[in-house]
Amino acid sequence: MEPEEQPPAASEEPTEEVPETPAQPEEKVPEAQPGTEEQPPETPTETEDQPPETPATLDSDEVRIGAFICHCGTNIGGFVDVPAVVEYAKTLPNVVYATDNLYSCAEDGLASIRDAIKEHKLNRVIVASCTPRTHAPLFQSVCEEAGLNKYLFEFANIREQCSWVHMKEKEEATQKAKDLVRSAISKAALLVPQEEMRVDVVPRSLVIGGGVAGLSAALSVARQGFDVHLVEKEAELGGFVRNLNSLSLAVKSAAETIKPLIDDAMSHENITVHLNSQVEQVNGFIGNFDTTIVTDGSSKEVKVGTIIVATGALEYIPEGFYGYGMYDNVVTLTEFEILAKNHKLPKIQNVAFIQCVGSKGQDKSYCSRICCGVSIKNALYIMENYADIVGEEGGGRVEVDVSVPEISSRRRRRRRITSAEGPGAPGGAPSGGPEITIFNRDVVTYGAEHEIYYNKAREKRIRFVRYSLENLPKVKLEGEKLAVSYFHQTLKTDRKLLADMVVLATPLVAPPDASELSKKLKVPLGQDGFFLEAHMKLRPIDFATDGIFVCGTARGPADITESVAQGLGCASRAAIPMARGFIQAEAILAQVDPTICTGCGTCVENCPYGAIRMTDEGTAEVLAAACKGCGCCGATCPEKAITMMNYTDEQLLAQGRSILEGVP
Amino acid sequence: MSTDVMVIGGGIAGIQASLDIADKGGHVILVEKTPSIGGRMAQLDKTFPTNDCSICILAPKMADCYSHPNIDVMTYSEVIGVEGDAGNFNVNVLKKARYVDETMCTGCEECVVKCPVKLPNEFDQGLGERKAIYMPFAQAVPRVVTIDKENCIWFIKEKCGACKILCKREAIDYDQKDEEVNINVGSIIVAIGYDLWDPTPASEYGYGKYPNVFTGMEYERMINASGPTGGEMQRRSDGKRPHKLAFIQCVGSRNPQLGHAYCCSVCCMFSTKEAMLAREHHEDIDSAIFYKDLRAFGKGFWEYVERAKKDYGVRYINSDATVQENPKNNNPIVVYDVAGRPEKEEFDMVVLATTLIPRSDAVKVAEMIGIPLTQFGFFESKDRILGPVDTKRDGVFLAGYCREPMDIPESVAEGSAAAARAVETVLEKGVSV
Repeated sequence: MEPEEQPPAASEEPTEEVPETPAQPEEKVPEAQPGTEEQPPETPTETEDQPPETPATLDSDEVRIGAFICHCGTNIGGFVDVPAVVEYAKTLPNVVYATDNLYSCAEDGLASIRDAIKEHKLNRVIVASCTPRTHAPLFQSVCEEAGLNKYLFEFANIREQCSWVHMKEKEEATQKAKDLVRSAISKAALLVPQEEMRVDVVPRSLVIGGGVAGLSAALSVARQGFDVHLVEKEAELGGFVRNLNSLSLAVKSAAETIKPLIDDAMSHENITVHLNSQVEQVNGFIGNFDTTIVTDGSSKEVKVGTIIVATGALEYIPEGFYGYGMYDNVVTLTEFEILAKNHKLPKIQNVAFIQCVGSKGQDKSYCSRICCGVSIKNALYIMENYADIVGEEGGGRVEVDVSVPEISSRRRRRRRITSAEGPGAPGGAPSGGPEITIFNRDVVTYGAEHEIYYNKAREKRIRFVRYSLENLPKVKLEGEKLAVSYFHQTLKTDRKLLADMVVLATPLVAPPDASELSKKLKVPLGQDGFFLEAHMKLRPIDFATDGIFVCGTARGPADITESVAQGLGCASRAAIPMARGFIQAEAILAQVDPTICTGCGTCVENCPYGAIRMTDEGTAEVLAAACKGCGCCGATCPEKAITMMNYTDEQLLAQGRSILEGVP
Repeated sequence: MSTDVMVIGGGIAGIQASLDIADKGGHVILVEKTPSIGGRMAQLDKTFPTNDCSICILAPKMADCYSHPNIDVMTYSEVIGVEGDAGNFNVNVLKKARYVDETMCTGCEECVVKCPVKLPNEFDQGLGERKAIYMPFAQAVPRVVTIDKENCIWFIKEKCGACKILCKREAIDYDQKDEEVNINVGSIIVAIGYDLWDPTPASEYGYGKYPNVFTGMEYERMINASGPTGGEMQRRSDGKRPHKLAFIQCVGSRNPQLGHAYCCSVCCMFSTKEAMLAREHHEDIDSAIFYKDLRAFGKGFWEYVERAKKDYGVRYINSDATVQENPKNNNPIVVYDVAGRPEKEEFDMVVLATTLIPRSDAVKVAEMIGIPLTQFGFFESKDRILGPVDTKRDGVFLAGYCREPMDIPESVAEGSAAAARAVETVLEKGVSV
């Protein structure tokens, strides 16, 4: 199959007509061949620099700039007088060659740049055309093909920033294009070659948290051929889910369902499981994290290339809500599941679930995503397991306007799960199958699967009653029953029902130790206390810091399916640098002048990537492999001790002064 | 035997899967049916809950994908046959003739300007026009034009030929033929996304009958600065911009009568976003959202709804709703009920959050690959709990909305998840050879 060619495919074309150039440097970022992952990931210990550039024409101090002005068909040429810009460029200092291209990015355009570099011994190149985001790599690679360091290339955007926005002002557009070209040339004269550093990546992952997300992540990383250290603070794997009764209405219990994951993780040769353990310390950066794992007081140093955070969440404890803590039979969803799992549920016939306890604008601002589904699952569990409790009088809701309902005697079959205690004992509600009411603010059974459960619940006559934040239901003890009084929104009356048990659906919350871990890893938490991803839409499981990833409920409420998918996703993301075996650090990075640095630490605080640390000498040091060259440190350094390579003050001032030339 | 991976579908899930595999050194063939990658996300104006410009954050990923040395992007191509097993699938791909040499076209669109044939623009949901030779949208990748053969004068009566005459790069090739290529891959990822349900049959909403009733996607295109109206909301009846907007949720979804009993997962949020954006366009706009259950369950979503209420004055009305029309001014009238009492309110535009349904060719793709669909027509996971992106067929994986209704970040995470599983497969199969 012929790979589809890209219009700017020139970089991949053989450069036939350049025999006089010294041997071409190897492709800058040698993409591993398909199947490279198969090679056992060895740990290269030496940092190996890439083949050096072979600047053909940098031997003299003379700055020789070539300027290439693109018509982009009519996109630029239709609104900017391109030949006039070329003529103007020729008059500028250091410019030894200027020309126009119909399409600089087409093969003939690229060839003209390549040829001109050699013919005119250019040692700086500017292209004035479209956007650097899509085209800078292309023009940079052409420079490299002609033997020029790619950082000696400068871009002027005269399409998006000029012709497209000044279609009705051709004269002014031409003038602006000249200004932009002049400005780029001023900077280009001051460019210096930069080298990209290559840093080897330790082919080993640290997965923090042994719940379903962490287990899924660890297993996939292991199956992709890398070592994994899986750290779990509890004595066994399985996390939050381990305590639950069931994960769906499927026959298997939760513990049975996730057992294969645990067994596989325990037995996989690439996975080292650390139980009763915590991550004590993390230093370093992508590819080379030095971590300390503490198990029962003894610590172990582990060097890893990537880290996956899967520390999970806890259930919010609803102190002060709906008689929780006061009445035995007011329980949380998880407590309900634990009772069910351990066959400790009291006799229940009438059960009220209250959703959104403490969430959605109460103690917590957010919707916890999964609780509606979980409540419905448990309601159905009750329906199925108590379905045969049908009294002689038949079913009927225990609901009255205000008065206590008449209590009729009823008969119950003894059941396996019956506990001796509990107020569901004789003297309860009238007989019938289970009566379940779910008080909600909105039923959030999103997607296809959850909605099936919701529809099933309605078929089974589980009742859904809406309440508002302004008019919360109230729970109090009435005899042996829990009376739930509420406002009926349609009938606009106060109603009351009697329940044997009230189950409170509370949100998942970030565990208290998340904040400590976030400090150790130098990754952020969001307002809600969950770990904050790099980008809400397109980088949902990455941190802004390279080499660290997050999955499952550590990043926010998620169901098991989503947690598994995110765990696998993290395994994919983490395997990328490990499969490559190295990372190519940015060449455009921050540099600290230790003779000026006062060690105030402002840069350390402001670095979004955790790429700056303080040395023992008390000055700041940039970790090249972690630095993204964003410039936050440079902008905030009070001593001006930090320089951004190729965005030096000198270069930017030259560029700025140049564009303002002639402005009164 | 092959360690290559084929990704079917060039939306955000497929793009993410491709990039992950390619970044690990694996070779990917990304097959996209339409002339450009980008998928549905490319059509959206902004994204919730940050109101980031959708194409602005997507375009760099599209570019990365297309220029990646390990990814072959096959646009305007369809998978027409799959044989073999994990580690050794033989996939037949139909590379449809676009009658333009992709290697020569630079996307200058001079041919488009001169093409005399005007047609409804699919990308703009038919609201705008395109030509018979066209760039699917401004940020299309690859940036090459395609000739719509069915409507091109050259192909109909061998006349015109304007594009060929104009093209300075001689990229137009009327003799190009459809091409069938056989590709051997070790694993397949299905990420074909969703279709938009046409609400015309649900006459109670008046779509197609009352001019000022729009679908959510039409509205997205309308408020997009590069859309057919340059970002202006315009009524179909008189071109005037609306002052009162109603959004109706669950149109066709959560509704077994209309064939879609599931929840689309994203509509509550995109309507909230659309209502907020209306206010950002014009401060005097009043918006009301009629909903069954407000499902704002993602990270920061409930807070987003609170912001819509407080800062943007969006009214949320918990009711089913249907649409009538005031014949005098073509204003849609929303009929709903409050606590069982029927109510009516006149708006000047109604936007329907129509359900997002499995792709029309999902059945075909499923049969071809030999994997089952769920009762709703989504691709079925091997194990709903522990193996969401696996299918019953070894070596075939799923990602994104085609598996289960989900939003963009979940699709991205699943793209990565499917990439992990595909790489595991080719490693395992590769080693065993």
